[in-house]
Amino acid sequence: MAVTSYSGAEQYNFDIVKKFAVMSLVWAVVGMFVGVYIASELAWPFLNFDSPYFSFGRFRPVHTTTVIFGFGGSALFATSYYVVQRTCQTRLISDGMASFTFWGWMAVIVLADISYVLGHTQSREYAEMEWPIDLLIEVVWVTYLMLFVGTIMRRKQPHIYVANWFYLAFILATALLHTFNNLAMPIDLFSMKSYSLFSGTQDAMTQWWYGHNAVGFFLTAAFLGMMYYFVPKQAGRPIYSYRLSIVHFWALSFMYMWVGAHHLHWTALPDWTSSLAAAFSILLLMPSWGGMINGIMTLSGAWDKLRTDPIMRFMIVALSFYGMSTFEGPMMSLKEVNALSHYTDWTVGHVHSGALGWVAMITFGSLYHMMPKLWDTKLYSQKLIEWHFWLATIGIILYIVAMWISGITQGLMWRTFDEFGNLKFSFAESVAAMMPFYAMRAIGGMFFLTGTVLMTYNIFMTIRQGKRENAILEAKLTAKLANA
Amino acid sequence: MNFNFKHEWIETNIGLMAVLTMLAISVGGLVEIAPLFFIDKTIEQVEGVRPYTPLEQRGRDIYQREGCYACHSQMIRPFRDEKLRYGHYSLAAESQYDHPFQWGSKRTGPDLARVGGKYSNEWHVQHMVAPRSMVPESVMPNYPWLLSTPLDTSDTAARMKALRKVGVPYSLSQAEYDANVTKFGETVARQLHIPDAQKNLIEQAHFGNYDGDRSGISEMDALIAYLQVLGTMVDFSKYSDDEFVKYR
Repeated sequence: MAVTSYSGAEQYNFDIVKKFAVMSLVWAVVGMFVGVYIASELAWPFLNFDSPYFSFGRFRPVHTTTVIFGFGGSALFATSYYVVQRTCQTRLISDGMASFTFWGWMAVIVLADISYVLGHTQSREYAEMEWPIDLLIEVVWVTYLMLFVGTIMRRKQPHIYVANWFYLAFILATALLHTFNNLAMPIDLFSMKSYSLFSGTQDAMTQWWYGHNAVGFFLTAAFLGMMYYFVPKQAGRPIYSYRLSIVHFWALSFMYMWVGAHHLHWTALPDWTSSLAAAFSILLLMPSWGGMINGIMTLSGAWDKLRTDPIMRFMIVALSFYGMSTFEGPMMSLKEVNALSHYTDWTVGHVHSGALGWVAMITFGSLYHMMPKLWDTKLYSQKLIEWHFWLATIGIILYIVAMWISGITQGLMWRTFDEFGNLKFSFAESVAAMMPFYAMRAIGGMFFLTGTVLMTYNIFMTIRQGKRENAILEAKLTAKLANA
Repeated sequence: MNFNFKHEWIETNIGLMAVLTMLAISVGGLVEIAPLFFIDKTIEQVEGVRPYTPLEQRGRDIYQREGCYACHSQMIRPFRDEKLRYGHYSLAAESQYDHPFQWGSKRTGPDLARVGGKYSNEWHVQHMVAPRSMVPESVMPNYPWLLSTPLDTSDTAARMKALRKVGVPYSLSQAEYDANVTKFGETVARQLHIPDAQKNLIEQAHFGNYDGDRSGISEMDALIAYLQVLGTMVDFSKYSDDEFVKYR
């Protein structure tokens, strides 16, 4: 065991995978802490402390950027580098390029977070970074693409494994979206401020084409790539259906790009565009569930693992949430449902059932599988994984139930009339009605964050243990060589 | 024709796979975004919509900086309750000079597309400094620093020049100014002239006295000037109820 992975350390560049994996956890803790903080600001507004730097408006992108690009992004870099090397049985083509993507990506997250707090933002959701940071992302991303494709070109297998298709689609789509959504005119070469190239309706359409596909490719396709490697590995069984993976890969890649305009139902965007988006949103249910079925059915014949293996439980719950939110999404893109749900907390709940339930849970499962292997040891504590699992699951349920109730309440209160045909509730009354649910949501977030902190501790101890074992092994080896 | 397609061809050829993936992900955006720039009916023909004055634009910059879009939409939907609460539904034309758009996606607070003129300047100042003193149920942060921070006006012209480059009809030359006179009338055209930006900004701030303090120009002056113009440019009494339906 020790001997094979020892040679593995030279065969593969695992150093870069380790770095990204550790930073993924660091950003998870930071980003989720900020999330809990801004959720608390909504429940208890005094937490804004009359300070520009911590006010909700400036702090919210710190949360979204840190969890999506810091935690999610680092986990994707880590797992994609791991998966592409293992499945192609070759080392990354360049350690220098890999290292550049690491430091570049870390710089992006740090600079973005600092710049938001100081008030520099494009005010485009999930693309708030101003133009100099956007340029840095562009350079890092092209390097990532070259490194990933280059490594696949050097593969020792004729076939490209399905996980890599999804990672590839994610890298290409992110490059495309990032480039077109961030076209902007800086006011000066030495100023952070810029104005977007497009305006009004066209700008809105471009932003939500980006916004939804940040979800579709960054937070879905890429994590499906993760799923396609780590679920079969953890289950010890091959993927359920090869044919299904082909069909749902192409359908997902093609259809996702059409659905962004469902964020703009009933707005000044022409009806033809949002209707088209709604139609594709409903069609998208099929490839989404194709992926879910392929993942869950991989476990068929090994269902007992759910009882004994907490890592497997993370993965299967992740797929279940994926199935749930990819049903909820098409439903919310129906114009009648959207008329009620849009602008309310329901959307926020939907995003989090995807982000916490699917993205974070599949990442936790994959990291628990991968990180002990990287340090050539066993996980420090199985008990802590159990704890993490339940804290996370309870946290998600509290969160999304709170947002369902508050969202639907809000939507209904806004459109309630009294017997004379006047509005029954003032806007302020609808805000007051949200208070218990905002508190409940913050508490749900705290549960989830606590689970993440436990995981970070568990992994930290695992790494320490791995290093110690390695040192002992090396000492023994040296002693043996000296004796011989 | 004997064309026996095998998915294996794609699976064993990274170049082919990358090209086909790129094709698959490009279609949706092309079909849905590109036509919006060419179909005339996308933006309604309507009188009154003009670019922001220098002071209003600076206020909009602050609106962006503070992340107001995270909790306030600027897009009224064509529903009975929204008409009663906020006014006429928003037109595409009304945000045609908005770089970037600020339609928003969440109403933790109310929609602001037509907040202009609904409240007095004094109300806005007090509400920004201490929202719960005006609306006890509110969860909005306090923004006291807007009142105490002087507005940085040094780069106003640079900002307008950048906006001009992306298509906002701010004028630099006499010819552009004349075109604006024809399009918007002389009063508006003067406000859109970049060489006079600084002068115009100071004049509007002093004349409008938005923050209630004439001794200097604060960020509050700019922000309230922006809020007070939102949704006020189109006079809907001039148009019949069915006028804008044909654009939808």
